[in-house]
Amino acid sequence: MRYLPLTQADRAEMRAVIGVGDVDALYADVPAELPLAPSLDLPRAKSEMDVERLLGEMARRNVPASRAPFFIGAGAYKHHIPATVDHLVQRSEFLTSYTPYQPEIAQGTLQYLFEFQTQVAMLTGMEIANASMYDGSTACAEAALMAHRITKRRKAVLSGGLHPHYAEVLRTISHFAGDEIVALAPDVRAREDIAAMIDDSVSCVIVQTPDVFGNLRDLASLSEACHRRGALLIAAFTEVVSLGLVTPPGEMGADIVVGEGQSLGNPLSFGGPYLGLLATRQAYLRQTPGRLIGETVDAEGRRGYVATLSAREQHIRRDKATSNICTNSNLCALAFSIHLSLLGEAGLRRLARANHASAVDLVDRLAGVAGVETLNESFFNEFTLRVPRDAAGLVEDMAEAGVLAGVPVSRLLPDAGLDDLVIVACTEVDTVEDREAFIAALRGAL
Amino acid sequence: MSGERYTKDHDFLRVEGDAAIVGITDFAQAQLGDIVFVELPAPGKRVAKGEQLATIESVKAASEVYAPVSGEVLEVNAALEAAPAKVNEDPLGEGWLVKLRVTDAAELEELMDEDAYRAFLESEG
Amino acid sequence: MLDHKEDLAVGTFSGNRGLDQEEPPIFEIGRPETSGVDMEEPAHFEPRLGGLERERPIGLPGVSEPEAMRHYVRLSRKNYSIDAGLYPLGSCTMKHNPRLNEKMARLEGFADIHPLQPQSTAPGALALMEELSRWLLALTGMSAIALSPKAGAHGELCGLMAIEAALEARGEAETRKTILIPQSAHGTNPASAALLGFRPRAIEAGADGVVSEEAVAKELGPDVAAIMLTNPNTCGLFERNVVAIARRVHEAGGYFYCDGANFNAIAAIARPGDMGVDAMHLNLHKTFSTPHGGGGPGSGPVVLSERLAPFAPVPFLSRDGETIRLVEHREGAQSFGRLTAFHGQFGSFVRALAYILSHGSDGLAQASRDAVLSANYLRAALRDVMTQPFGDRACMHEVLFDDAFLEGTGVTTLDFAKAMIDEGYHPMTIYFPLVVHGAMLIEPTESESKRSLDLFVATLRDLVASAKRGETDRFTRAPRLAPRRRLDETAAARKPVLRWSGA
Repeated sequence: MRYLPLTQADRAEMRAVIGVGDVDALYADVPAELPLAPSLDLPRAKSEMDVERLLGEMARRNVPASRAPFFIGAGAYKHHIPATVDHLVQRSEFLTSYTPYQPEIAQGTLQYLFEFQTQVAMLTGMEIANASMYDGSTACAEAALMAHRITKRRKAVLSGGLHPHYAEVLRTISHFAGDEIVALAPDVRAREDIAAMIDDSVSCVIVQTPDVFGNLRDLASLSEACHRRGALLIAAFTEVVSLGLVTPPGEMGADIVVGEGQSLGNPLSFGGPYLGLLATRQAYLRQTPGRLIGETVDAEGRRGYVATLSAREQHIRRDKATSNICTNSNLCALAFSIHLSLLGEAGLRRLARANHASAVDLVDRLAGVAGVETLNESFFNEFTLRVPRDAAGLVEDMAEAGVLAGVPVSRLLPDAGLDDLVIVACTEVDTVEDREAFIAALRGAL
Repeated sequence: MSGERYTKDHDFLRVEGDAAIVGITDFAQAQLGDIVFVELPAPGKRVAKGEQLATIESVKAASEVYAPVSGEVLEVNAALEAAPAKVNEDPLGEGWLVKLRVTDAAELEELMDEDAYRAFLESEG
Repeated sequence: MLDHKEDLAVGTFSGNRGLDQEEPPIFEIGRPETSGVDMEEPAHFEPRLGGLERERPIGLPGVSEPEAMRHYVRLSRKNYSIDAGLYPLGSCTMKHNPRLNEKMARLEGFADIHPLQPQSTAPGALALMEELSRWLLALTGMSAIALSPKAGAHGELCGLMAIEAALEARGEAETRKTILIPQSAHGTNPASAALLGFRPRAIEAGADGVVSEEAVAKELGPDVAAIMLTNPNTCGLFERNVVAIARRVHEAGGYFYCDGANFNAIAAIARPGDMGVDAMHLNLHKTFSTPHGGGGPGSGPVVLSERLAPFAPVPFLSRDGETIRLVEHREGAQSFGRLTAFHGQFGSFVRALAYILSHGSDGLAQASRDAVLSANYLRAALRDVMTQPFGDRACMHEVLFDDAFLEGTGVTTLDFAKAMIDEGYHPMTIYFPLVVHGAMLIEPTESESKRSLDLFVATLRDLVASAKRGETDRFTRAPRLAPRRRLDETAAARKPVLRWSGA
């Protein structure tokens, strides 16, 4: 077996040193009633070539985003990733290191995480950020738990524009943790009155912008309404590229900002691994979940970095920890950080404008298609389209015609009676020809 | 009654008039190592004996301080927010944590005096 | 040999020390107007941002491609890695990460597919998830699987939620709020239990390092929801009373959650399903070789017993003839709900399956045996100079020492670990499990050659001899040959600086 360096002779010598004749003697503590090394009805070892063949066949049965005009978003986005990013994240020292438990020989990881925290804080307009969570949805749930600890209240109000998966994750964890959730009805046109839901028992209000239907939301007055009642405003996003062009939640009074960072540096990969972002105020430092990296000096006075404030975390605080998270998304954070360093402020703003321009162009073209209606007054790179038939069938038909057109709302909200809506995302990878193909396929499927 | 009284959790209590100063012992601070943060209760808070009063964090540990007697928090050592190291340097003096109004003086009798605490430390090895 | 009393600090003009090059934060290198990504400015258009255009500068630096390459390559060289050396972190299973895994995960048909594209356009992805499920269920002898948990601790939440959902169905969720957890458990166990409103209660292991049937039996009662047991445990021992413990827990109406972090000792050798386990997470980033990436991403699928299977979270796979379907909503089923957006760490699924197919069932059993053999070889080669807390007995895939052998030397476990850094090794897990004084938990994995193990043994024996000779400087001043000396963690925690704020 190509991954196992021990030879039969090595094994025999090692057994002799240990003093056992058979390696299975080392399993003597396994109760006798258990079958040891049971014969499993599973295939035997395969060569590298055979594994490639087998998995290659599976991969070829899928339609990748790069092989079709592609307009699917709703929480994960197709963007171009510079070749440098993927090369660098495959450096042995990044890819095959563990959590930085020994800072003297993990400065590479610790410094890039410190840079990542700074970039996330800057982007969101917040004071501090942590070293990542699993993904946007779990970051969102952790933010609610964090707000409950800060306010000592246990009720979260969810906007009807929050991604339904995020709302479901919150509902699931709240149910078991014994916390209360008030979820507003799906809010396709961003017209809900969330402020009316805030009373003195509310811990936090969770609002997404751009929301799942693509609408941009001004959070300034809502944050004031929250703060008047002692509640926190949690702002969520699923498309981090939007922050290159729109006012960040931190400038609108958000207390905790969470989001999905996949768009920068990370491939679609059928849903994971992705990158949870969490940023907040310095005052809430000790209630923050997850790892935090801080700057310090070494014994020679040289600048260096360490994982800090660990007394919040499960390995020290155990049942009183701020979260149970241990492994997070460091390598995804590295990809994000490299991509963002390459873009820089100028590049990110240009990328964001290209995304917005692409969506604006498609919306303008759709105005000429009879029977369909774009529902958004504002949007970044994603919007919701009403179509005169069931959207799921329409998307299937357009896929048949070679266009991956968007996400039918019924896929996310099967019982909401919104079966005629489809969420359409445009990014910098779409060409004019792609958008023309979209219109043509749409006309064909109506 | 004067002088320090001690608990088996290595906290001390020093009666000053009808109030009592609460902190951790020199043994406790040495066990914790460099203290980096102290979380103190809000003045006015009432605590029952054995209830959590404060949390002390070092780099590698966190430790709860429980009220050695029942009482009401009169004052906390606000200087620790900027200088938690005072707990290491002078735990019985400048590193005190909380000033309590003792509500049940009888509970004071249940604590160890210095000799008893010394013996307790030795028995703990 | 190095004179450990001498200071090494070589003053160089640049601060570099040969190949060990200094690298400032990206914020001191980049400029806001620079970009390493060429892209055309879009033609003029009317924005539709509803008046929410960003007005203030962000402050993000940009760098050209060569600058980016140099920055991150230099940073990478300040890290230890399994590719560069033995990485004996106990309970972390730092084994070889095959590059075939990476190549497969990057196939366009896997890396470039969207979780919400029509399922009819991703049948190969669903087939891959089903094939991985088949293997993991066979290896564990369990009934159902939840692929979506994002890491081990997320898997713990998943398993405990399934248990609570089952208790709800029995009408006992309000009364059964206690979870029994040995003190040697990973911190995630009590943290996960507490997060869901359970009360963790510690159970003591015996003098032999394992939990006895009696120790569990005396804690059982109508308030107990479950036991969380790590098997093999964090002392490197197989919980030999596991079957009896499971029986007792079940008789008392509780469930058995197994922390599967140490599955690498028993994959294809012993099945948790045969031990009475009701739920267990598998760390694909440990046992199944998906790279740990300096702290993630992980992947923590959870296998469930027949009793808990109905409560598995969405999404889950369902087969109808030739068609595999991903069920994304509860549709009236007993599923406890959703743990994360989308379907889990698909990229890790590809890597894990590439690893599994490469080994086959025969190779997986051999890997487990080699991992156990290697740990026991280290035990046998070090037992005369280092001390074991539970006597000299066979261990599983990791061997646990305490610090008794350092008594009187003035050298602590931490010092000993730091001296290993100067010798070119990543230290073992230290001060864990908490139940052992000055713990040193060593897990070599099956990826080390005998030559590598022998060099490691020789190095540790030299360090022990050195400590006993009183050469404390070699330890207390270590590391001196790493990119950094010991860092001031106290200062970092007292005045936290968590973002760059100026040169």
